[in-house]
This record gives sequence, C-alpha cells and structure tokens, in this order.
Amino acid sequence: MLRTLADMMNQDKRFAFGFTVMLILVALAFLSLFSPHDPRQWNVVPRDRPPSTQHLLGTTSTGQDVSWQATWAIRNTLLMSLIAMLSSRVLAIVIGLLAGYSGGTLDRILMTLTDSFVILPLLPILILVASILKQSLSVVNLGILLGAFGWAWDARLIRSQVLSLREREFTYTAILSGMSTPRIIFREYLPFIFPLITATAMNNMLWAIGMEVTLAVLGLVSLEVATLGTMIHWAVNSQSILLGMWWWILTPVVICIFIFIALYMLSLSINEILDPRLRVQRMTK
Amino acid sequence: MPFLKKYLLPRIVQYLVVILIGATLIFFVPRLMPVDPVQQTLEKITIQGAFLDPDAIEQMRATLQDLYGLKGGLGAQYLTFWKRLFKGDFGPSFAQFPTPVMTLIKTSLPWTLGLLVTSTLLSWLLGNILGGLAAYYHERKWASVLESIAMVMRPIHYYIVALGLLMLLGYAIPLFPISGGFSIGRKFILTWDVMLDILKHALLPALSLVIVGTCTWFMTMRLLVSNLMAEDYIVYAQVAGVPDGEIAFKYAIRNALLPQVTGLALSLGQIFGGALITETVFAYPGLGTLLYSSINAGDYNLMMGITLLSVIAIATGVLIMDLVYPLLDPRIRYD
Amino acid sequence: MDVLRVQDLKCFYVVESQGQQREVKAVNGVSLNVKKNQVLGIAGESGCGKTTFLKSLLGLVRPPLRCLGGKVEYIGNGKATDIMSLSKHQHKELMWEHISYVPQGSLSVLNPVRRIGDTFESFIGAHMEPSTTKHQYEELVCSHLEALGLPEDTLRAYPHQLSGGMRQRVTIALATILKPHLILADEPSTALDVVVQRGVIQLLKDIQEEQQNTIILVTHDMAIHANICDRIAIMYAGKIIEEAGVEEIFSNPRHPYTQYLIGSLPRIGDKAHRISAPGSPPSLSDLPQGCSFHPRCPEATDNCRKEEPMLTGIGGDHRVACLSLTRGDFNADQAQVALDQ
Repeated sequence: MLRTLADMMNQDKRFAFGFTVMLILVALAFLSLFSPHDPRQWNVVPRDRPPSTQHLLGTTSTGQDVSWQATWAIRNTLLMSLIAMLSSRVLAIVIGLLAGYSGGTLDRILMTLTDSFVILPLLPILILVASILKQSLSVVNLGILLGAFGWAWDARLIRSQVLSLREREFTYTAILSGMSTPRIIFREYLPFIFPLITATAMNNMLWAIGMEVTLAVLGLVSLEVATLGTMIHWAVNSQSILLGMWWWILTPVVICIFIFIALYMLSLSINEILDPRLRVQRMTK
Repeated sequence: MPFLKKYLLPRIVQYLVVILIGATLIFFVPRLMPVDPVQQTLEKITIQGAFLDPDAIEQMRATLQDLYGLKGGLGAQYLTFWKRLFKGDFGPSFAQFPTPVMTLIKTSLPWTLGLLVTSTLLSWLLGNILGGLAAYYHERKWASVLESIAMVMRPIHYYIVALGLLMLLGYAIPLFPISGGFSIGRKFILTWDVMLDILKHALLPALSLVIVGTCTWFMTMRLLVSNLMAEDYIVYAQVAGVPDGEIAFKYAIRNALLPQVTGLALSLGQIFGGALITETVFAYPGLGTLLYSSINAGDYNLMMGITLLSVIAIATGVLIMDLVYPLLDPRIRYD
Repeated sequence: MDVLRVQDLKCFYVVESQGQQREVKAVNGVSLNVKKNQVLGIAGESGCGKTTFLKSLLGLVRPPLRCLGGKVEYIGNGKATDIMSLSKHQHKELMWEHISYVPQGSLSVLNPVRRIGDTFESFIGAHMEPSTTKHQYEELVCSHLEALGLPEDTLRAYPHQLSGGMRQRVTIALATILKPHLILADEPSTALDVVVQRGVIQLLKDIQEEQQNTIILVTHDMAIHANICDRIAIMYAGKIIEEAGVEEIFSNPRHPYTQYLIGSLPRIGDKAHRISAPGSPPSLSDLPQGCSFHPRCPEATDNCRKEEPMLTGIGGDHRVACLSLTRGDFNADQAQVALDQ
C-alpha cells in the first residue's frame, strides 16, 4: 500500500501535488484542536488587524483570528465534503450496480431516474431546500443533503462499467459455477469498479465543496459554523474587499483554490491509472 | 419508424420524467420539512410590524395558505399545484405583493438568457477547438502550456472565479463596472451608447462564465481527441497526406464534437447554476440576483417559481439539443 | 529496376512496464528489394510482424514503435529517397502521389460522419495542382469510380451505408486514383466474405495491370497470394525466411515453415489430411535463441538452437534462411574465418 503510494508519487507529478496538498490540509485541520479560541465566539481578538507575528493571517472585523478560523474552516469543509462523498457513494454504487447488473426494465427505470437527476438544475432546488432548513444545516446535515443530490453522474459511470464487465468471461464462469448474484456483484465486480469509485469520489468532494461555498455565500447554511463558505460569506458581507482587508477574503479563497486543484489532480491521476490508453499516451509523449 | 421509437420516444419520456421529478421534488420537499413557511412568514410579520390582532393573523394565515397552495389535504394540494403549473401561474410574489411571480421572472429572464446563451456557446466553441487542437498537436509547446492553464483553472468553482475577477478587475485594477446590468439612471432605449453600456456591464460576468466553461470543455475535448488519435480513419488520412489542419478539424474535432453535444445537454443544468451564482457576485439583474433577493426576503413563492421554471427550461433545452443531434450524426439519422 | 529497397530494417515496439523496458521485435532485420511492375506478396501467420513491416514501409513509425536501424529507400523519378528520414512535409508529398495504401476496409477506416465524397475531396485535394478546376476534379473522380464499377451515388453515401465489399472498393479507388508507383495493401480482403474477396482481389490486379504499378500485398491467405502475386516473401517472427517467385514457392518450398504453409492449403480432389505447423509462433518480445522456428521445426538440430540463419540465395532468385539448406555456405564462411586467423 505504502509502496504503491510512493510509486504513484514518483510517476505522476499531479498525484504528488494533490496528495501533498491534501496531506497539509488535513494536518491544518487537526491543528484546529489546539485553537485557543472558540470559532463561534466573536470579538476574542482585536479587530481588523493585518497579518503579524501574533496573528499570522490577521484578524477579522468580527474579532476573530483568521488563521485559527481557517483551521476550523478546513476541518469542517473537509468533513462536510467527506460525508457528502460517502453518502453519495452508497447511492451511486447501489443504483449503478443494480441497473447495470439487472438490465431490462429495472435498468431503464433506474437510468431514467438517474438521467433526470443529471439534467435537473440542482442549484435552485438545493437553494429552495436549504432556505427552508437554513439554521439546521449543520456540517453533517449539509453533507447528507448534498450526498442525496450528488450521486447521479457517478451512478451512470458505474453502470456503464458494470455493463462492460457483464460481458466478460468471468461473469459467465461465476454464473455457471452457481455463484449468487450478490456474491458476483460484491466479489467479482466491486474490485473492478473500485478505482472508478475513488476517481469519482474526488470529483464529488470537489462538487460538494463548491456547493457548500455557494450555499454559504447566499447565507443558506448555519452561519456560525466556520467553513470555507461561511468564512467567505462573512468576509464578503463585511465589505472586506472594499475595506482592503485582503487577508480576510483571500485566505479562504486561496485555500479553496488549492483544495479544488489538489482534488482535481488526484482524480485525473487516478483516472489515468484506470485507463491504460491514457497511460500509454503520456509515456510516449 | 425505428428512429421515432428508438430515439425520439425515450427522449420525450425522459423530458416528461425530468419535469415530473423536478416538480414533485419542489412540491414535496418543503412539505416534508419540519418548518412551516406560513408560520415562518407570520412570525416575520409580527416581528416587523408592531401589533396585529389574532383575527387578522388568522385571516392572513388562510390567505397565505391559499397563496402557497397549502389548502386541503396533500393530494388536493398536489393537484392544485399542477393546475397552476399548467396555467403558468406561480402565484404572487410575497415580498413585492401583489406582483405575480411570473412578471418578475419575465423581466429577469432575458438578462440571464442573454448571458447564459452567449457565454455557453462561446466557451463551448473555444474550449472544444482549443482542446482539440491541443490534443492533435500534443507534442507542441503551446499545447502543453494551454493544457496546464486549463488543468489548473478547470476545477475552480464558478463563484471563486467570479469573486477573483471582481477583486482583480473591479477593485485592484478598476477597468469594469462591478455591478448591475447597465448604468443607473440610463434610459432603456436602443442606441449604441446603451448597447455599449450593457456590454461593458456584461463583460465581467460573461468572462468568468467563459473562463470556467472554456477550461471544462478544453479538458474533456483533449481527452476525447487524444483517444481518437489512434483511430484508423485518422491514421489513414495522415498516411494519405491530408494536411494536418484539415485532419485536426474535419476528422478529429468534428468527430469528437458529437459526444460534446451530448455533454453540453447533460451539463446544461450545472452551467445554469453557475450563471445564477455568477450573477449574484456582480449583482447582474437576471434570475440569479432575483433568486438571491427572494432568499433574503423569504419569498418562497418567487423561489419556487424560479426553481420550477428553471427545471422546465433546462429540460426543454436538453430536449431541443437531443432533437438537433441526429442532424449532426448521420449514423442515427439513417439507421 | 527496383522501386523499393529495404536494408536490414529493424523496427521494435519499445514498451516500458513497471520500470522495465521491453522490446517487441516486430520487424527484426528485414532486407528486401521490390521490382517495378510486380506484385509482391508478404505471407505469414498473424503476429509475425507483417503489418508492422508494412507500416514502417509507409513511414508510419510512431511511439511505441521505433526504428532502431536499417533503411527504406523508395526509388522514383530517378532518385532514391530514404522514407525513414523524411520531414513531415516531404512525407506528405511523397504519399499518395508516389506511394499509396489500401487498408483493411473495415468500418473504422472511413470517417463515420463524413460522406465518401468528402473523403475523396480531402485525400485528392491535398495532392492536386492548385490550377485544377472543379470540373476536372469531378471528371477524374467519376471516371475512376466508373472504371472500378462503383456507382456515382457512392460519393453521397456515408460509410455505414455501404457493404464491406463496397467500402473496400472505395479504399482501392482512393489508393489508385492518382496512379501511384507503389501501392501497399494490408489484408485488403480479410474482412470480406469469400465471394466478394475474389472480386476485390481481381480489381486490384486489373488496376495494377492497367496502371503498371507495383503492389506489396500483405495477407495471411496463401490462396490470394497464389492468385495475384508475382513474388512471395514469407515472414516468420519478424524476419523474412524465404522469398521466391510465386511458382517456385508453391512448387518448391524449401523452408520447413513454408512447406507447412503450402502443405496446409486444400487442393481440389485431394482428400488427404492437412497438416499445419505444430505449436504457435513465438512471442516477439521473447524470441528463442538461434533460428526462431526451431521449437516448431521437425528437422531442427543443435546448431539451429545456436546459430541464427541468414537469408541466402540458393539459385535463381530464390532465397531461404535455414541452416539445413545453406550449411554449405555456412561452413565455407567458417573455414574462411579460420583461415584468416
């Protein structure tokens, strides 16, 4: 496991970048445990201070330390996207496997449903839902809500992978040797679609974080919880751009950009391992 | 006609299902929530407007229930909901009572549509052409430079890109107006000045949409075309001495555009969401900003109206693209 | 007069897997001269390097395929051109006007979303004088199609609307319309059913006779070779192991592998059991030492396991690479070496 990791870091710079950035972010998230301040409390430090040795990334107009606030925000945002990713994985795997394996009418019904979720403009629907839930949208609830909406595209991919697996020799061998359907699915298929699940998982986390930021800047999540989205919300709504408090607005924005790029690089890299055709192209370059 | 049965029918069914699922979600989700919008609105009013006697509150509750379509049992409510939907009646806006939601949407829609259609078409064309060329000439220096740019920009979310552009070109180097769709106080008549003004205001929002879109299409197109490079018909054309530019456009890009049309149809909803959020950053007077103000005002009717209309519009857009697709792919047309 | 001279050509697929380089020796030291106005057949089982050889003759050497030595010279207009060292531009100019190519006419060789006429336009347009009028162009295409028995409607069709035989005729029409000196054909009849095969092969032969050009035809089908070739080269494990005129090969095959190939052909009236070579061809990435054929050869000796046989003339223009047949020369060489020392 550690060996493959080291191999991948060596082989693919994008993987190395993504992995390192994520590692640093996780470390920063853990730093929040040592935070001297409660992230919900206002006016714990002097207000509107630029970066200094005392406050590495300055302080906000709400009297909070930006650097400590950022560690909480990273922690909560990663946690939220992880919950969203895991819950949407369950839906995507179950629906994708079921549709791909069963075929026929069930497949058609499930795929029509899936395609509908792909086509639907999720943002306004999520806004509608979030505006009703608003204050109860904690990190966990938001994660589950996003998970409930963000499974469709991946279910589609998993289904098409299963369709191609179904035509392969070992499926017939398994069926003929009397293996039960759940056993075929979990023993024979899951290992094959696992890399696909990881690659799409990264993209799903990316999507969830983007959605979180969107909903937060619209003021549709519980705003006292520090996340990257709520940090941006407070910074923008307190006119930090106009007041030239660049440290306040840029910190969450830059962290977001790093997370986005890191997750995307990881998914690209994993996708390539998935598709040998791409690997050959890169080698011959 | 097998074409009708195999191609057209499933797509029309899909169209109806999308609208059915979307509308049903919009109907049920608020009703499943532990929050009562009527109660919420009433509380808001009682907090704002001093004292109201209990009778008046009860009367208001009844009116609100009627407005929100909350009268009667769930089945009856659902029926009313569809009846209103068919009539295009989304009820009155609550924040700007009694203006119908439809009227508000109608004034905002052209702005969003104009922004969305131009930026989507532009980024789709730009991203596909650049991505296709970068894949075809992958050994050239400029191709890898373009790829690196697109790879880094691609994952960044619409909101962040818009915010970045706003900070950079609105504040740091103030080249463009930072908000609105036209200068305040301008009369809305069709002259060059007004057009130029509108264009100037649209530039930043459009630019952020085009940046994200172009990079997205670039990355998928690059992948598609580099997978096509080993196709027999491309190698055959190369052996035959057909000029590279011609092969790149008429063989590689032309063929990879087909899945990209499908891709465009499937991501229309996401692009639309991106446009909404971009509008709020620049206070562009379209649906996104309308939606934002309806959130702030707690105007559920308006929110529901916008959401419902988006579902119908996106589904229709996808259907239209599905209907156009056979014109581009002879294999579907003639089989 | 030669049109093509191949000298000790080596083209390997170089693949890297898990940090190790692997070489697939698809074309492993091939020397061959092709005379003008001749149909040369290249035969052999699948996986022996025929198609890769043809690709390298076309100059289609792209990673992971690499040319590691040797020369491919095309002789046209009184001068020799090394195909391997051409610039992209020179290569494009040489192709189609001088050397053209007939691929296997499967559905995948023609762009599925372009009409046949568009393909003609881009293939021929690239090589036509700029002064050519539209009328002249149309006349050229129509008369050529007519000569090949293709209806004019074909130009308006999409590839998937044509039958396999029609598509193959289209590829032949594309390859021959500019009257090139050399046509390289890769299994042009393999995807077709037997009846259509005959027609397509006959068409190729007829055009060759009329245009007086040279064809190099790769196919594993010995019957087709017998039908239209003047000379035949047999490939095995990336090498030519026997080369001779068509009658000579069929009446007097000398290499044991050729004997198997010919022996496996059915003959009218002959009901004897057909034998083919035992075993299967070796992996090109892991060739046996000595003669590559020795593991399957009934006459293999210890020497065959050590020495690599060279392609040597055995009288007339018949060349064979087999130690048992060329031992005389081999011994003489060794004697010479001994003397020198």
